Amino acid sequence: MTEFALVNARLIDPEQEDETQGGLIVRNGTIAARLRPGDSPPDIPSIDCDGKCLAPGIVDIGVKVGEPGERHKESFKTAGRAAVAGGVTTMVIRPDTTPAIDNPETLEFVMRRAAGVCPARIAPMAALTKSRAGREMVEMGFLMDAGAVAFSDGDTVVQDHKVLSRALTYAASLGALVITHPQDPGLSKGAAVTSGKFATLRGLPAVSPVAERMGLERDLALVEMCGTRYHADQITTARSLPALRRAKDAGLDVTAGVSIHHLTLNEFDVGDYRTFFKVKPPLRSEDDRLAVAGAVAEGTIDVICSMHTPQDEESKRLPFEEAASGAVGLETLLPAAMRLVQNGNLNLPTLWRALSLNPARRLGLENGRLSVGAPADLVLFDPNAPFVLDRFKLNSKSKNTPFDGARMEGKVLRTFVGGAQVFGPGDS
Amino acid sequence: MPFRARHLLGIETLAPYEIVTLLDLSDSYVDLNRSRAKHSDKLAGLTQINMFFENSTRTQASFEIAGKRLGADVMNMSMAASSIKKGETLIDTALTLNAMHPDLLVVRHPHSGAVDLLAQKVNCAVLNAGDGRHEHPTQALLDALTIRRAKGKLHRLNIAICGDIAHSRVARSNILLLGKMENRIRLIGPRTLMPSQVAELGVEVYEDMREGLNGVDVVMMLRLQRERMDGGFIPSEREYYHRYGLDPEKLAYAKPDAIVMHPGPMNRGVEIDGTLADDINRSVIQDQVEMGVAVRMAAMDLLAQNRATATPGVMV
Repeated sequence: MTEFALVNARLIDPEQEDETQGGLIVRNGTIAARLRPGDSPPDIPSIDCDGKCLAPGIVDIGVKVGEPGERHKESFKTAGRAAVAGGVTTMVIRPDTTPAIDNPETLEFVMRRAAGVCPARIAPMAALTKSRAGREMVEMGFLMDAGAVAFSDGDTVVQDHKVLSRALTYAASLGALVITHPQDPGLSKGAAVTSGKFATLRGLPAVSPVAERMGLERDLALVEMCGTRYHADQITTARSLPALRRAKDAGLDVTAGVSIHHLTLNEFDVGDYRTFFKVKPPLRSEDDRLAVAGAVAEGTIDVICSMHTPQDEESKRLPFEEAASGAVGLETLLPAAMRLVQNGNLNLPTLWRALSLNPARRLGLENGRLSVGAPADLVLFDPNAPFVLDRFKLNSKSKNTPFDGARMEGKVLRTFVGGAQVFGPGDS
Repeated sequence: MPFRARHLLGIETLAPYEIVTLLDLSDSYVDLNRSRAKHSDKLAGLTQINMFFENSTRTQASFEIAGKRLGADVMNMSMAASSIKKGETLIDTALTLNAMHPDLLVVRHPHSGAVDLLAQKVNCAVLNAGDGRHEHPTQALLDALTIRRAKGKLHRLNIAICGDIAHSRVARSNILLLGKMENRIRLIGPRTLMPSQVAELGVEVYEDMREGLNGVDVVMMLRLQRERMDGGFIPSEREYYHRYGLDPEKLAYAKPDAIVMHPGPMNRGVEIDGTLADDINRSVIQDQVEMGVAVRMAAMDLLAQNRATATPGVMV
């Protein structure tokens, strides 16, 4: 029986929506008890948290690991190290690999690859359609048996309404969660940035924010028809929010996420064609950024994710239109999210509701909370520790972060997965 | 006034006094080009490489003549059919060329920002000869020189730019340059060919051509880029000509002494009436071509001077 205590901590509890001074007792990988300030420290090994923040580990929906197919961009080992260094204890991995994770055999292969080398937990998503081609649905039942927590074609849109409606109906019969990328593929074809003054100045092909709303409205209409549990991977524009609110008010089982990049950066950050700022969907206007941050605060948007997408230098050192989309985010998610706290958009418990509690609940996972009995997946961090990000110090194999050289605050001190320290001083 | 730029990548980064410096020097090259000798040794011993990743006849010829008249060793590389097709990346191509120690690199590329990217990787002066829909700075400078010589000034003029603004790097560079020089700019075209939120660049937008041309000093027509019309931006060429083609009737709304410009190559009968384009009392289209050589000579001359004073260093 292993037992230890974390004492003298500032506990961030997203479930109670409060923060308190105190500590935790961890026994056999689960949270066994809460300590109040003044409680005499029990006679077990204890770690002094020095008044720093102790929160549930982050559950990150939508992490791309390059296995299988693109191991030169990211492996389970490097992604796992990056995750725990960033306070991410569960990586919900994307199926948009090469080949796609669209059958139980590939899913088992992936889980075997991760076993033993990845210090973070893995919750796999499977493709919604075979080869993510948008024509035939995958073997959802078998894939759920193999451990798939959700079904998604990544950033590929299932264009055929009939195919999508059948997949949604079948998923509903199994109680499966379906995640889509709301976007109208016709309007967004070939676009590299969001239309507006910046796109006009830079002469880049652009997509109107309306394309996201159109994609979302279509998906929500089908979800209403099919009764599916549904999550929109990224809602990034103000124009999409009324549709999302309507669906929630109507009682549909709908949630939505947003990437940290769309919450902390805007279209002008692309500057002189900096391809590390090319993400999908493209960065939006400052008005959209503020509206979406507000939607996270009020709970219309449920989940913040890193949308970790490793790309090597060769895919990025190209003219902007030709360059690959995506940014790594596992290690920068927490410090970037602290910007939202420092700017007064969110407080820490609300932030952690979006980083760990909501995503865990949505996927039916036990972690993501500080309650007694929950798995001891924890992150200890100093919210005010400043640093300048050097992309070459990232654990990810790919270094394509938009925050290179950025001044950030918020350093992870220790990370625990199932009660075992996987990041921090003297870790095993 | 000094000209500080190391590269000529766009109008956006030029200060008004740099534009004036360049235009003043261009005037002297117009005189040289009209003389019998037409030659100077300003760039003697320097190597100029013209890299065109997109087909071009007139711009490439203009840069080539400009370099040769200044005594540079000029080499043309038609990249549209070259190593890019073999899978080499733009940066590798740039590094390969850089190792050959060129002094001036003239680049045209179909993608916006590609010339900026290339300029970061070489240690010679780079001139943007057009990148995607972004900028075409020497075109805007030659247009400015043409206007200044025809109108005697380059400020407080009413200038209309008509046609396919959305796909035009010429329009972007001209909007920036003419705006910096304190002119009133009107954009005229159907809404499908207007970039989004373009009014925020400090211009007036008109959909009715007659209204837009009312009282202007300069009418700048743009080529209707048929090769970029991948999805029906206009119903037909004849409807376009009817509504936005420049003919004597529509031109009558402009000032009586308004000049007509076109960056070429023209689609006669699509965006401009053929006889109007040839009317030497109104059209300055041939002058634009002449000014083009002079402006490019001036630009390369100034960049070569800056190159000599720039701190040596390896930039890779």
